[in-house]
Amino acid sequence: MTLADAGLRPRGARRSLPPPASEPPAERARAPGHARVVVALIGLGALIAVGALASLALGSVRIPLAEVAAVLTGGEASREAWSTIVMDVRLPRTITAALAGAGLGVAGLGLQTLFRNPLAEPFVLGISAGASLGVAVVVLAVGTVGSTTLVAGLSALGSMGVASAAALGAGLVTALVLAVSRRVSSPATLLIIGLMVGYAVNALVTLLLQAGLGELSRVRAYIQWGFGSFDGTTWSQLQVLVPLVLVGLAVTWALTKALNALLLGDRYAASMGLAVRRTRTAIIGTSAVLAGAITAFCGPIAFIGIATPHLARGLLRTSDHRVLVPATALGGAVVGLGAGLVAGLPGSEQTLPLNAVTSLLGAPIVIMVLLRLRRSGQAVAA
Amino acid sequence: MSPTADAHRDRGTLAPATWTVPPLAATALSVGYRRRRRRRDTVVLAEQDLALPRGALTVLLGPNGSGKTTLLRTLVGMQPALAGTVALEGEPLERFSARERARRIAVVLTDPVDAGLLRVVDLVALGRHPRTRWDGRLTAQDHHVVAWALDAVGVGHLAHRPVPELSDGERQRVLIARALAQEPTVLLLDEPVAYVDVARRVDLLGLLRDLAHECGLSVLVTTHDVDLALRATDHVWLLMPDDEDGPARLRAGAPEDLALEGAVGAAFGTQTTTFDLTAGGFRTTSPPLARVRLHGTGAGAAWTERALRREGLDLADPGAPAAATVTVSEQPRRHWRLDAVEWSSDHDSLASLTATLRRLVPHLLTGAASPEDAQHHGLPQR
Repeated sequence: MTLADAGLRPRGARRSLPPPASEPPAERARAPGHARVVVALIGLGALIAVGALASLALGSVRIPLAEVAAVLTGGEASREAWSTIVMDVRLPRTITAALAGAGLGVAGLGLQTLFRNPLAEPFVLGISAGASLGVAVVVLAVGTVGSTTLVAGLSALGSMGVASAAALGAGLVTALVLAVSRRVSSPATLLIIGLMVGYAVNALVTLLLQAGLGELSRVRAYIQWGFGSFDGTTWSQLQVLVPLVLVGLAVTWALTKALNALLLGDRYAASMGLAVRRTRTAIIGTSAVLAGAITAFCGPIAFIGIATPHLARGLLRTSDHRVLVPATALGGAVVGLGAGLVAGLPGSEQTLPLNAVTSLLGAPIVIMVLLRLRRSGQAVAA
Repeated sequence: MSPTADAHRDRGTLAPATWTVPPLAATALSVGYRRRRRRRDTVVLAEQDLALPRGALTVLLGPNGSGKTTLLRTLVGMQPALAGTVALEGEPLERFSARERARRIAVVLTDPVDAGLLRVVDLVALGRHPRTRWDGRLTAQDHHVVAWALDAVGVGHLAHRPVPELSDGERQRVLIARALAQEPTVLLLDEPVAYVDVARRVDLLGLLRDLAHECGLSVLVTTHDVDLALRATDHVWLLMPDDEDGPARLRAGAPEDLALEGAVGAAFGTQTTTFDLTAGGFRTTSPPLARVRLHGTGAGAAWTERALRREGLDLADPGAPAAATVTVSEQPRRHWRLDAVEWSSDHDSLASLTATLRRLVPHLLTGAASPEDAQHHGLPQR
């Protein structure tokens, strides 16, 4: 049949499918949203700078910006205490807040696209539940030898010990979910399985809590960890957290092409040459590293992972991950810094639970952004 | 990609020799679903040889549930074959990496595409996936191909519209443009006209046919629309379901040959409908309620005949007895006269004519099946 075709057709060779370019199509390349993207990214960058400076200057003690700048540039503040506060408390806190926000946001973005579900975030896969279990085991069950107070309780094993337990718990649950994901083809099914694992693990935590009721200080320590906080990370902890988050962000950036292909669904993505299962493993694994590391050091921080991608989409009006990933990272950093600032209650000795701040302030903002989008139905579709 | 396949392709641009190699072919291909628990696999098609003609539009035609989609998925490697091999440019399909395969085969699926906040041009650009580097950056050539693909399907003017705003027909064209952006040699479309109105179906298939002829694309379209397949395609693969639930048979040929040989009728006929070879369409096989003589010419008579058949009436052969006579007059303006024994009426619309006929039919003799009886009782009996 093909011979006949060949014989019948005058042209011997196949015509090149798209005719060769006659002129560089510069116009179409430049999207109309291009200016919006540039402005948004620059604006987010500026907000991060402002947030970081505020986070360094404000707190229980107000430190003038000039003094902060002096300390940061290697000089000494006019009061020695200020140098210590900036370098050992506020700088680690600021870095933690920015990185945690960026990491959680980007992890949420990847999972929302992977599961094509606007409610997906690192913690629905049971990652935070796993971390909580690890912490609960350490704080409640193993016990903290000979210590009764909250601070002592945490420091006896070392906060590094708590972080390790959280990371271990998160890793185990992720490994379980990944193992299941090899046998499940539907993203929705996998999402539900993740939720179920989360419920089961949380139930174990509840049992541990009940068993630990005899030692209220331990229960309090666990609950305190559950509030979430950017404070209290030390430079030695940052040596672990910073590389992990940066690697997670870099890997997600490398996955933008795959994430874009997944926008059309698994089958289309596969038809375009994407190794869907390997990509799925990579996205879940990266999210777990990001969320696991952050949860280990900051506690289970709700909301940032689910909300930041929606804010980024609302801001940029696109689902293109080539701009969404950086915008979500920057936006997450802004949200993290802002929430950390508010939770710190500048000018007072008190602090608020970070989780309460992120959700109470963030929820209305996200609702507003979604309502303002004309096609809010499409806006939330990852 | 294997060196051999590369050699094939390179020669293909110069030597007509490779035209003898079908772009997509199957040898002894068995298609279906493996059942783990049942003993027998569900075999949709058994030991079939296939060769997709180059530079032509082929329609895979079959009634609902005959296995069109299953065969299509097997041909592109989205589903493993039960037995036999699929060859792409003469090389077994499995030898191609997913990316190399995606550079040769593009698909348009029935999967709903929820592209969120993507614009048309962004969605089409996703088709460049197998040809862009790791970060998905689009080169000038990529932009050129995307613009070409948009224009090729006639949606260049929609380039910057958000995808969710498109009509079903427009969206279908955009999805075809996305497939074209892969620069494939083989294009497979699953039910591309399912949600498109009749006139646009013909347009769409005409477009695919032009693309096939002009660009040397081999296009395979599944549909159950017999009329469309007979009207607008170069080749037909007709899936004929087995009466006893066995594997279907596949007949390949020109659409008219398959119709004349009765294959179309055999594949699609049901207990109450049969394929009318003369009219090229399906009609009910229930015996006519009565026979009516029709006088008139042109469009008026043709549509009157349709109205009569819809009412379950058949036309009386010339000279044969008839229970009633319908005369279509075009002057001074179109009107209909209905004559039966003891009845005579004028109508200015087919609605009014058929309404009257419906009331008369119980009185018109059903015995028209046997002419003698009809002649004897040619009158309405009260």
